[in-house]
Amino acid sequence: MESLRDKYEVVIGLEVHAQLKTKSKIFAPDSTEFGSEQNTHISAITLGMPGVLPVLNKEVVNMGILTGLALNCTIPPRCKFDRKQYFYPDLPKGYQISQYDEPICVNGYLEIKGKKIGITRAHLEEDAGKLVHAGAAGLAGSSYSLVDLNRAGTPLLEIVSEPDMRSSEEARMYMEELRNIVRYIGVCDGNLEEGSMRCDANISIMPKGSKEFGTRAEIKNVNSFSALQRAIEYEIDRQIEIVEEGGKVVQETRLWDDNARETRSMRGKEDAHDYRYFPEPDLMPLEISREWVENIRKTMPELPSQKRARYMGLGLSEYDASVIVEQMPLAIFFDKVLELGATPKIAVNFIMGEIAAYLKEEKLEITDTKLSPENLAELIQLIEKAVISNNIGKQIIIDMMKDGEKASTIVEKKGLSQITDESAIKEIVKKVVEANAQQVEAYKNGKTQLFGFFVGQVMKETKGRANPQTVNALLKEILG
Amino acid sequence: MEELLRKSAKEQSEAVRNKEVSAIELTKASLDRIKSIDDKLGAFNSLTEEIALNTAKKVDEKLAKGEELPLLAGVPLALKDNMNLIGSKTTASSKILENFVSPYNATVTEKLLTNLVPIVGKANLDEFAMGSSNENSAFKKVHNPWNLNKVPGGSSGGSAAAVASCESALALGSDTGGSIRLPASFCGIVGMKPTYGIVSRYGLIAFASSLDQIGPFARTVEDAAMLLEVIAGYDKHDSTSLNRPVENYTAHLNNDIKGKKVGVIKELMGEGLSDDVRKAIENAIETYKSLGAEIVEISLPNIKYSIGIYYILATAECSSNLARFDGVKYGHRTENAQNLLEMYCKTRAEGFGDEVKRRIMLGTYALSSGYYDAYYKKAQQMRRLVTEDFVKAFKQADILVSATCPNTAFDLGSKANDPLAMYLTDIATISANLAGIPGMSVPAGFDKDGMPIGLQILAPQLGEAALFNFGYKFEQEHDYYKKQPKI
Amino acid sequence: MITIKDVEHVAKLARLELTEEEKEKFTGQLGAVLEYVNQMNEVDTSNVEPMAHAIDFSNVMREDEVYYEQTKEELMANAPYEENGFFRVPKIN
Repeated sequence: MESLRDKYEVVIGLEVHAQLKTKSKIFAPDSTEFGSEQNTHISAITLGMPGVLPVLNKEVVNMGILTGLALNCTIPPRCKFDRKQYFYPDLPKGYQISQYDEPICVNGYLEIKGKKIGITRAHLEEDAGKLVHAGAAGLAGSSYSLVDLNRAGTPLLEIVSEPDMRSSEEARMYMEELRNIVRYIGVCDGNLEEGSMRCDANISIMPKGSKEFGTRAEIKNVNSFSALQRAIEYEIDRQIEIVEEGGKVVQETRLWDDNARETRSMRGKEDAHDYRYFPEPDLMPLEISREWVENIRKTMPELPSQKRARYMGLGLSEYDASVIVEQMPLAIFFDKVLELGATPKIAVNFIMGEIAAYLKEEKLEITDTKLSPENLAELIQLIEKAVISNNIGKQIIIDMMKDGEKASTIVEKKGLSQITDESAIKEIVKKVVEANAQQVEAYKNGKTQLFGFFVGQVMKETKGRANPQTVNALLKEILG
Repeated sequence: MEELLRKSAKEQSEAVRNKEVSAIELTKASLDRIKSIDDKLGAFNSLTEEIALNTAKKVDEKLAKGEELPLLAGVPLALKDNMNLIGSKTTASSKILENFVSPYNATVTEKLLTNLVPIVGKANLDEFAMGSSNENSAFKKVHNPWNLNKVPGGSSGGSAAAVASCESALALGSDTGGSIRLPASFCGIVGMKPTYGIVSRYGLIAFASSLDQIGPFARTVEDAAMLLEVIAGYDKHDSTSLNRPVENYTAHLNNDIKGKKVGVIKELMGEGLSDDVRKAIENAIETYKSLGAEIVEISLPNIKYSIGIYYILATAECSSNLARFDGVKYGHRTENAQNLLEMYCKTRAEGFGDEVKRRIMLGTYALSSGYYDAYYKKAQQMRRLVTEDFVKAFKQADILVSATCPNTAFDLGSKANDPLAMYLTDIATISANLAGIPGMSVPAGFDKDGMPIGLQILAPQLGEAALFNFGYKFEQEHDYYKKQPKI
Repeated sequence: MITIKDVEHVAKLARLELTEEEKEKFTGQLGAVLEYVNQMNEVDTSNVEPMAHAIDFSNVMREDEVYYEQTKEELMANAPYEENGFFRVPKIN
């Protein structure tokens, strides 16, 4: 397959549904809260009872505009809602209120590693409920289904990209950056596993150098970033094989099965939908003034790309900046620490070093630990003022995460302040040298790497408190 | 007590206020009358005795405390059975909702309850408000109180029959293409459809969302104006509701109409009008002349397209609005389904009557792939032309008049054999819904068989004041409104 | 010309099971729509704005507040088939 891959280019477009984090639903006042007992967050409106009518949630519109701006979209002066009609048990009214030909956002882009990926449009719509299938693992073979309408009516923003991605890697980067953006601007949790963000991929292949796109297949049921990559890779190979054997790729919807690691056709399971769109008569159109847009623009938080640039401006490497931005709780924490005046370089070292390791091992977010930004800032200050050494800092940070104590408190309690008194250190250095005559001999005979051993012994004697620079200088002096 | 039931709503409310009769007595009398004559009429799908008596009790309690009564407190009213009332079945006269009990109140219902208007029962209608003779109810037909062999008109036939027969003084109906005005005309009472957006649609089972409006039935224009005041007003539950204060609709009933212009719609005065109806309308025009109004001839050149437009828009919207009746959350569910698809198809086939199925099929077809531009969008464009005709017309006249229907009530089962007459009926009333303008039918005489004739008055959007004014002035010049069927 | 196949397709879209009689009947009736459309096509509407609403206004919205006007029990009371607080439906094929 590797050499075959070189003959073809892959064209990928992504459709992402982001659940917007409003308190109430888009057209009904029941809560959007996730994970509650079935059918406890419902209303007559959500159930599509005879005679009910939708009323638009203002905050949904504001979030739609904010997201559009973050994605460099144009917000047209007018948009409206339409009915998209089909029958399914999780769709109470027998139609979904969506936006068909006049969406809230058009013509945007986001950047991944310097490449612009176009965004065709973003539109508002309501989510459907959930189905639980009984009597089998999934839909196929189940003997009946149970409908929970808690989720029905949750606001969604559907973001459609241009088919600008050319590899599964680009697709993944697009998704990750989109996820970062919606999280940072506070409109969506961006959690693929939980379903607050969902992704469908449109994939086609064409001979390299061709200007005409091939027929595309739509892949659904991708529930993680790595699954997205796997699904795309599988699909590329599948389509290449078809074309190589002289066949034609069929335009269809396919389901990704992450266990079997394959996509399967949904053809025959559902007829081509005729959605019979027409303008929603129960809702009035939206006229979005430029003033409204600008007022929203003023509230725009720092975007991930801006944050990364700022961090790099402070001296962080691109890698460190990206890693921190990728984990929003960490970036929020880091920003607070910086605000409190800590030296960026030292802060980054702790965050990317001991803290990251601890979080990874304990499988925690930084907000799950008891470490506060104030306490980390204080710790850094103690190091900057040479009250303690960096090594001591590394020692106590774990306790700080576990117990939430201030660094200064721990230092005082355990007597960890830095020993800077030259004569005191000299005493200890002498003591170590005397106690390790063999190593001294070896060192003098050329085993210079033993210098570290002596440093280590001094540190052991001083319980890490000796000022490293002084130790180094004195050792050099005494060892010669 | 029957005498009081035959009086106007205004008189009944005064009798209660003056303690000539208790609200309980009056409501009981209304319920008794219904129980005694309704098997002849079929006007009610169900009675809501407990709710009505509870309301009446509250009225009497308030009176006992010397408190002020709200407008129309204590006056019995019939609610068309496509409007939700907690504690009642709301069936839309359909098998698919035969046992549906309202879990919430329509906004108009809330307003009636707040105004302490006793709702005595749910009035019969054509299934899902689709029809013009009330022969399409899944439960029973409604009979015209003036002649039990004739139709009352539809779709609000039950509401009209209830008021005409004095079962209740008032009723609410809904009007999508004439469903209040036509039965008012056939039953010799006042029925009016307000400007679109004046009365909240929240809780009204939707037929065609952009055309539906709730409106009052009464035996006098003044009563209708009072009832509109009770039910009108901005509703945050209805995004198409107009955000403006409720007018005092009874304030200008008796204004002088001297020098005002009454427009006669040319296209509705031609072939197809029965002789009696034509005469009645001509007399009506004379009446306005005698009151000092100037008569002008008005042409609405696009009015003939009203039917085609309505055919497409109303059926398209209703096919969508009725998709929710799928047997999943409420309503009838078939017992014969092996899988979901069968459940949908059989539930809906079993639950819907023929006329409803027909309109769902037409509407689904009109919206189906490839036809949107040619059918639905075209119809919306034509709708604007019809509306613009009215806008132009109202620059030349203050109100427009026509016959509400070119005929009087026809026999049950006869399906009005005159297609031209059916056509004229349709375009007279439908066009007002397309343009969103208010319209009213007032009693304008009787044919040689003693069947009522209705005069339709149309006003520009938000022109309810003019509508009531011209309606009242005409009404007071004649005794038509004082006549009642012998039942 | 509308055919029986067209009628069957529309019936499927509308989730209506029709008898053979009904299919025949509707074949004629759907055709009637075409007549009205032809009539409307007499008029040139190329510069006419479609009229989606009877009255023109925009921006009808509500605050993002959570409240409940009905209880779960009230809302589930009309359920044709309830199981454990869910709506139960037959197998989806």
